[in-house]
Amino acid sequence: MTDDVKKIKIREDESYLGRVRPGGWTNPTPRGRYDLAVVGGGPAGLAAAEAAARGGHSVALIERHRLGGNSLNAGSVPSKAIVSAGRAFADMRHAEDFGAAVSRNPKADFAAIAERMRRIRARIAAQSSAEMLASSGIDIFFGDARFAGPQSFVVGGVEISFAKAILATGARPMPPTDIPGLDAVGYRTSADIFDLPALPNRIAIIGGGPLGCEMAQALCRLGAHVSIIQDDPKFLPREERDAAEILSRCLARDGVEIRLNTTVTGARLENGVRVLETFNNEIRLDIEAELVLLSIGRIPNIEHLELDRGGVASDTKHGIIVDDSFQTSNPNVYAAGDVCLDLKFANAAIASARMASANALGGAAHSRQDMLVPWCTYCDPEIAHIGLHVFDAHELSVPIKSFTVMMHDIDRAITDSQDAGFVKIHIEDGTDRILGATIVAERASEMINEMAVVMGAGIGLGALSGVIHAYPAQSEGIMRAALAYVQQQKGTSCPKKPETDNSPIVSSSSPAPPRASAGPSPCALPRKAPNSD
Amino acid sequence: MRDTRDLSDKELIARLEKAAFSYFAENADAHTGLIADTSREGSPCSVAVVGFALSCFPAAVAHGWLTRERAAAWTCKILDFFESSEQSDDPSATGYKGFYYHFLDMRTGKRVWNCELSLIDTALLIAGVLVAAAFFDSDDSGETRIRQTADRLYRRIVWSWAQPGDGTFAQGWKPECGFLHYGWEGYNEAAILYILGLGSPTFPLAAQGYEAWRMTYQWENLLSHNVLYSGPLFTHLFSHAWIDFRGIQDRFMRQKKSDYFRNTQETIALHREYGRRNCHEFVGYSENLWGITAGDGPQLGEMRAHGRDRRFFGYMARGVPYGPDDGTIAPWAMLATLPFGEAAALAGTRHLLKRYPQVCRDGKFSSGFNPTLVIDGQGWLSEGWYGLDQGLLLMMIENHLNESIWRLTRRSPYFIAGLRRAGFAGGWLGDDG
Repeated sequence: MTDDVKKIKIREDESYLGRVRPGGWTNPTPRGRYDLAVVGGGPAGLAAAEAAARGGHSVALIERHRLGGNSLNAGSVPSKAIVSAGRAFADMRHAEDFGAAVSRNPKADFAAIAERMRRIRARIAAQSSAEMLASSGIDIFFGDARFAGPQSFVVGGVEISFAKAILATGARPMPPTDIPGLDAVGYRTSADIFDLPALPNRIAIIGGGPLGCEMAQALCRLGAHVSIIQDDPKFLPREERDAAEILSRCLARDGVEIRLNTTVTGARLENGVRVLETFNNEIRLDIEAELVLLSIGRIPNIEHLELDRGGVASDTKHGIIVDDSFQTSNPNVYAAGDVCLDLKFANAAIASARMASANALGGAAHSRQDMLVPWCTYCDPEIAHIGLHVFDAHELSVPIKSFTVMMHDIDRAITDSQDAGFVKIHIEDGTDRILGATIVAERASEMINEMAVVMGAGIGLGALSGVIHAYPAQSEGIMRAALAYVQQQKGTSCPKKPETDNSPIVSSSSPAPPRASAGPSPCALPRKAPNSD
Repeated sequence: MRDTRDLSDKELIARLEKAAFSYFAENADAHTGLIADTSREGSPCSVAVVGFALSCFPAAVAHGWLTRERAAAWTCKILDFFESSEQSDDPSATGYKGFYYHFLDMRTGKRVWNCELSLIDTALLIAGVLVAAAFFDSDDSGETRIRQTADRLYRRIVWSWAQPGDGTFAQGWKPECGFLHYGWEGYNEAAILYILGLGSPTFPLAAQGYEAWRMTYQWENLLSHNVLYSGPLFTHLFSHAWIDFRGIQDRFMRQKKSDYFRNTQETIALHREYGRRNCHEFVGYSENLWGITAGDGPQLGEMRAHGRDRRFFGYMARGVPYGPDDGTIAPWAMLATLPFGEAAALAGTRHLLKRYPQVCRDGKFSSGFNPTLVIDGQGWLSEGWYGLDQGLLLMMIENHLNESIWRLTRRSPYFIAGLRRAGFAGGWLGDDG
């Protein structure tokens, strides 16, 4: 690294830290009893504090480490920056398919990749910097918070009293269980994987959840030899089998060494190399790596809060126990985000925080049951889901039918050579009520939001078929799934696709948008969700 | 011998059926009566192939390829072997808890390759055993012995032992590590396993096991076809080789106003549509060249052709439409769908034989063919033959021509009990549900 680059890096790090944890920060003197005290400055805490401040309430925000929480500092933001770098390298390797005479083996400058990631993180940190929050009237306290009583915290020896409080302390990577030797040989988690100084040659990832799969593919694409070890028969255990199997093949296509159904039974150091001892049925295999990434789930951060003093009930598995209004066992204390939700995603955290804030301060009656949360695993292709899965519906005895369109039948996916995946929309069989959807596509994270709007508005699959979509676009898959439903109702065959660009697709069978289904929102159905790690 | 292209449909089917049966005679061990998994040198016995062979003997007797006495003697030899074979948790035994290891040494009958104690392969074997019991129905002492031995073999299987988790069947077990942890969810070839497990008078599968399996079903509209989804074609054929699913329904199919036979018909239409669309631009695919299923395939890793990377998967359960698909079809598969639609099965088979006659050597279809991967000027072709392919093809031809296997199992009390316990009713089973 040149001196100039080092200076830039230092400036970037300073700007980042200056936003999330300014050096020399002095906590303010508490302004009497706050209308709302928020513990945790991640997505949930920030959303709750900002909403309360906008409403004219006095707000104290307490953060023990850095504003932005896991999402900004060690989660969604840095991981997506690395994923996008990996995608760029994959595109370069396939540039020949598009007629570009470039090397199929571009060399990765990991320092530059990490620098870009830090730059992105600093830029996004500016959106909720300490300075900006303070200027909006929020009192920010850095330090560990613990309950001093039912309506007060202690932070750095200073008591902060409140009328209402929201606990939004998030979650952290789950430590290893039953892997003898792993602590001794050392490993990283999502908390510190993004501080890597260089890209190791060999990486072993334990855990095939969303983060494990994303990092496996991205780091492999950047040039590392990556092994991913999952004790389940498939990746993303809570996603649909077809989606997980496509992902598995795409990881293998990219060169990731896949070890499904495999348990890590031990770890040791051998000549300075980390060796994971694995067991698959009767086969024992050693996997060598310079870096071990542990990604087996997340656990709520509750230990330091001294919840008993605050009269807040919790358990180690679910974290803080809340009712549907996010109220804890202490009627003046609410919780939001990863610390109390099964859905450990930033969007769910923000939505829950806004609901909790409104319920706590405004007497609103927002219910957790109203949350309809889409989520996505950002591999290539992306895997996004909303609502019920097939197995959820079976458990609830809801008859379910899926309308599926393969991406290799979608023109835009073909033109972009991104035709792996599908759009699958689940309805209650015999009706057009949409229960859920799974999308596997290059930008499933964008496409699933259409399903969120449709489901949130209670629009049925029949009505969706009448919505004209841009052509060509991958979201055409959604409309064609809806058309398949309508065609089935009419017992007709599949219509032809338009032959020219710029020709909007109009449902030939439904010239006027049909009436939206009158059924209740699927939000009324209980949902199950995977852990985010 | 006349070229297959010059034969009438009836002549073509007859020739292919007879050739399929020849596999068993050519690949049997004289001492144990066991049948090899493939025709390749050193192939072990597959217990499933033995089940197919036992099921084909009645047809061989009817066609005069075997005398009834010879068929009874061969059957007796096989059944005696299994009854006297070692049943224990010893890693080299032949079976355990009444189940059998997937692959056995042809001469000694002992487990080979550290393979799994296979539930589905045991079910296919025992289905053949029960066909034999139904067919050899005379008072002749040999045939009486067949019936008695078959009954003992079926009754000693501890089906209930193989439900270690949520009630569904495990896929297998090994003495080295216990039950296998493979996910085996969704509709698949296991229908016959569940039905035979439920029909047992001694150690039946707990009734909730079938319901637990059914909970993993996916009812989908795919490529404009409503199907109970399962990707590989064979999963829609195996159980049907023994069980006549026409008009009988369990709770799931009653709800969907369909039955498993019609589901296979619809799945065949789906496979043909997939072939017609040929979205991955494989050589040869069309509505008359399809048959994507489990089987042998090229194992060459990757190659680049026509401006895109191709990956090949070797022996693999290929499926439609989610994949995996590497351009490999099973040449026997189209004809094996005869009972579900003669026109499509024959049109596809005739097209295949006309365009790629090399897929049928000595009258027997090879296991896999990939015209996209050209080697020495021809598409990749699997070496030798697989017993499962030949057995399934013969049984399906028989069921199409005269329902001979279905007629036998329709009077088997264990098949009937299993179907009823799974909630099937209607059609030939009666007791309309």
